[in-house]
Amino acid sequence: MIAPPFPGSRSWGVLLALGLGSHSVVPAQNAEQRPIVVASKPFGESYILCEMFAQLLEARGFSVDRRPGLGATEIAFGALRTGAIDVYPEYTGTGLLAILHQRPSADPGEVYRKVSREFRERYGVRWLPPLGFQNTYAIAVRRETAQRLKLSTLSDLARAGPTLRAGLTPDFIGRPDGLPGLAGAYGLRFASVRALLPAIKYQALAAGEVDVIDGYSTDGLIARYDLVVLRDDRGFFPPYEAAALVSSLMSQQLPAAVAALSELSGQLNETGMRQLNRRLEVEREPVARVAADALRDLGLVGQASRRETGGRAQGGLGPYLWEQRLTIARLTGRHLFLVAVSLAAAVALALPLGLALERHPRSAESVIRAVGLLQTIPSIALLALMIPLLGIGVIPALVALFLYSLFPILRNTYTGVREAAREAVGAATALGMTPGQVLRYVRLPLAAPIIMAGIRTAAVINVGTATLAAFIGAGGLGDPIASGLALSDTRMILSGALPAALLALAVDGLLGVCEAMVRPAFGGLTPPRRSG
Amino acid sequence: MAHASAVLRAEQVSKRFGTVKALDGISLDVAAGECVALIGESGSGKSTLLRCFNRLTDPDSGRVLIDGVDAAGLDPIALRRRIGYVPQEGGLLPHWRVRRNVALVPWLQSQPDATVRADRALGLVGLDTAVLGDRWPAELSGGQRQRVAVARALAAEPRVILLDEPFGALDAITRADLQNTFRRLRGTLGITALLVTHDVQEAVLLADRIAVVRDGRLEQVAPSSELLRSPATEYVRELLRRARAIE
Repeated sequence: MIAPPFPGSRSWGVLLALGLGSHSVVPAQNAEQRPIVVASKPFGESYILCEMFAQLLEARGFSVDRRPGLGATEIAFGALRTGAIDVYPEYTGTGLLAILHQRPSADPGEVYRKVSREFRERYGVRWLPPLGFQNTYAIAVRRETAQRLKLSTLSDLARAGPTLRAGLTPDFIGRPDGLPGLAGAYGLRFASVRALLPAIKYQALAAGEVDVIDGYSTDGLIARYDLVVLRDDRGFFPPYEAAALVSSLMSQQLPAAVAALSELSGQLNETGMRQLNRRLEVEREPVARVAADALRDLGLVGQASRRETGGRAQGGLGPYLWEQRLTIARLTGRHLFLVAVSLAAAVALALPLGLALERHPRSAESVIRAVGLLQTIPSIALLALMIPLLGIGVIPALVALFLYSLFPILRNTYTGVREAAREAVGAATALGMTPGQVLRYVRLPLAAPIIMAGIRTAAVINVGTATLAAFIGAGGLGDPIASGLALSDTRMILSGALPAALLALAVDGLLGVCEAMVRPAFGGLTPPRRSG
Repeated sequence: MAHASAVLRAEQVSKRFGTVKALDGISLDVAAGECVALIGESGSGKSTLLRCFNRLTDPDSGRVLIDGVDAAGLDPIALRRRIGYVPQEGGLLPHWRVRRNVALVPWLQSQPDATVRADRALGLVGLDTAVLGDRWPAELSGGQRQRVAVARALAAEPRVILLDEPFGALDAITRADLQNTFRRLRGTLGITALLVTHDVQEAVLLADRIAVVRDGRLEQVAPSSELLRSPATEYVRELLRRARAIE
C-alpha cells in the first residue's frame, strides 16, 4: 500500500522523451482504458477511503492507479483541480473553510449544497453524495486531566486553558477552522502551544508532555489511549462530512466510474469508520485488507480483494525491516533515481553556468543570488507550486530537486574557478595560455575539489529533500515515512528514515572519495609559502 | 632617443584605469641584449608599462613596438609565447610538477622536446633536474621556486624577458644568489630584459640602464653609473638617498 507503481520508465532516455508536460493526465482518445488515479491525503482514514474507492472501481472493471498520501489539502486538491488525479476523499467542512475560505454553517446539508455548487462553478470539480459519516476535529485530553479539572466541553477548556499545554498539528494551528477560529469562538488560550506531527501527538499526550491535542473524531487512537473528547458546545466546528471529490475530467470521461463510486454514498457511519481506523492504526492491519473487508461487509464487493497481502508484522523493528526488505530496496532504488537524475541535470546546468559567470563577474552575483532565492522556498511549498505546471509524480519531484541542487553547485563552481590560485592564473596567461587553456589546465583542476564539494552538498541535501517527494506521489523512501507519520507507526517511519539516513551517509562518503580523487596531488589550493 | 636596434619600444604610451592615470605619455627603448630596470614607488606605473610589452595591458594611446612591429597588430597569445615572463610570486602552477611547469611554453608551442628544454633551462638556473624535476612547487623553498620561475621564462629560449619584481619577496642572501645567477645568465645568453623593481641596488646590479618612473612619467633614464653620479631631479636624488640610508 505504501508505494504507487512507478509511472514511467527507469531509463533516462525514455524519461526525457516523455517531456515535462506530458506527465499530467490529458484526455485520452479511449477514455475507458486509462487508469483512474485515486489519491488520498496523508492520514489513516484517507488511506482507507482511497483504498476502498480503488478496490470498488477495480471490482467494477476499471483499472486504477493509486496515489495515497499526497501532501495535504492544498497539494491533493491542487492535483485534483489540474486533473493530475481523478478522485480523493475530502471533507465538506474542509472544502468550505480551507479551499473556499467561507464562513462555516452548522447545517451539514447546507454545507454540502454550498460546496457542491461552488466547486462545480469555480473548478468544475464534483462532490459525490456524502459517504455517511462525519469526521470533525476532536479536541482531546487525558481522562485524568478531564476528571481533575472537570472538563467535558470546549467552554470548560476555555476556563482551564491558561494552565494547559497544547500540542497541535501544524495544519490545525494555521487553519481558520483550527486554532485561530477556535480561540476566537471560545476565547481559548493555552499556557503554550507546540506544533506536533500527527505521528507523535498521541504519544506526547499520553506521556504527559502536552495536555491537549487535536484529533479527528473517528481516530482509532482516541480509544486506544483512553482520551476524553471535549464537546463543541458552541457548535464552532462546521460539519465535516466525508465524500468523494471527483475531477471534472473524470466526471466527463468516466460517468460509469463516477456511478460506481456513488455506490458508497451513505453506506458508512461513524462507528463503522472508527472501527476501520482502529484496525489500521491500532491493530496495524494492512490497508488493503481493511478496505476489502469493509467493502465485503457492505455487500459491494463479493470476494476478497486481489491485492490482499499478509498482515503487517508485529514485533520489533528488525523483523519488520527484514520483512520489508524488498519494498525498501525498491524504494531505495527509486530514491536514488530521483537524486541521481535531478543532480545530473543540476550539474549539467550549474557547472557551465558557473564557468560562464566567471567571465562575467558583474552579472554573476545577481544570478547566483537569484538562484539562491530558490533555496529559501520551503520544499513542500515548492512542490505544491509545481502541481499546476507539472501535475504530481516523478517529474515535478525531479524539477524541485533539480532547483534545490543548483545553488550549491553554482556557488562553488563560480567561487572555485574565480578564487583558484590567482598568481598561477596570472602567470599562465602572461606566458601565453589562451583563456580556454587557462580554464582547462589551471582554473578547473584547481577548483575541482571545491566544485566537487558543492556537488556533494547538493547530493546530500537532495537525499533528504527527496523524502518529501512522497507528498506529491513521486515515491522513494519518503513513502513509508509519510505513511508512518500518518498512521503513527514508528517502525514504518524508520523503515524509510533509516535507509534514507544511510543513503545520505553513503552518498556523502562516495562523493567524498570522488572529491579526494579530483584534489590536485600537491594537497591544497595555496602552497605553503616557505622563505629561504 | 629612438634607437635603430630597439627590441622593445614605447612611444608616447598613456593608460588610464578609471580616473587614475597609470601611464602618461611614456617613451622608452630597450636595445638588443640590453637590460633596463624600471624603478619607482608602488603605483608609479612601472608594472603597467611592463605589461604593455606582452599585451597583458593595451595602451589607451601611443604605440608599443616589438622588434619594430606595432604590438597592437600582433596576436597577444603568440606574442606572450615568445617573450619570457617572471612574476613576483613565481606563479608556478601548484598542481604541476616542476618539470612540467618549466616545460609550459615549449609545450604551448607544441615543441616535441619540451621536456628536454625544461631540463636544460633548469640546469641554466642551477637546479638539479634529477632531484627537483619531479617535485611539486610546494615542496620547494622560496628561492628554488623563483629559480624555477626564471627557468620557465627561459625554457622556450626567448630573445626578450620581462621580470616583474622577480626577487622582491626573497630574503637578502637568497636574493643575492639569484641576482648573481641572473647576471651570469644574461652574460651567457645575451638576452634582452626589462626588469621592474623597487630596489635601487638590484637595479644598479642587474641593469645597464635605469628608468625612474613617477606618476606615469619617466623622471630620468640613464646608465646606472650616470644616474648614481648625477641624479637629474630632486625626486631621483631623494630615491637614491633613501636607498643608501637603507644600505
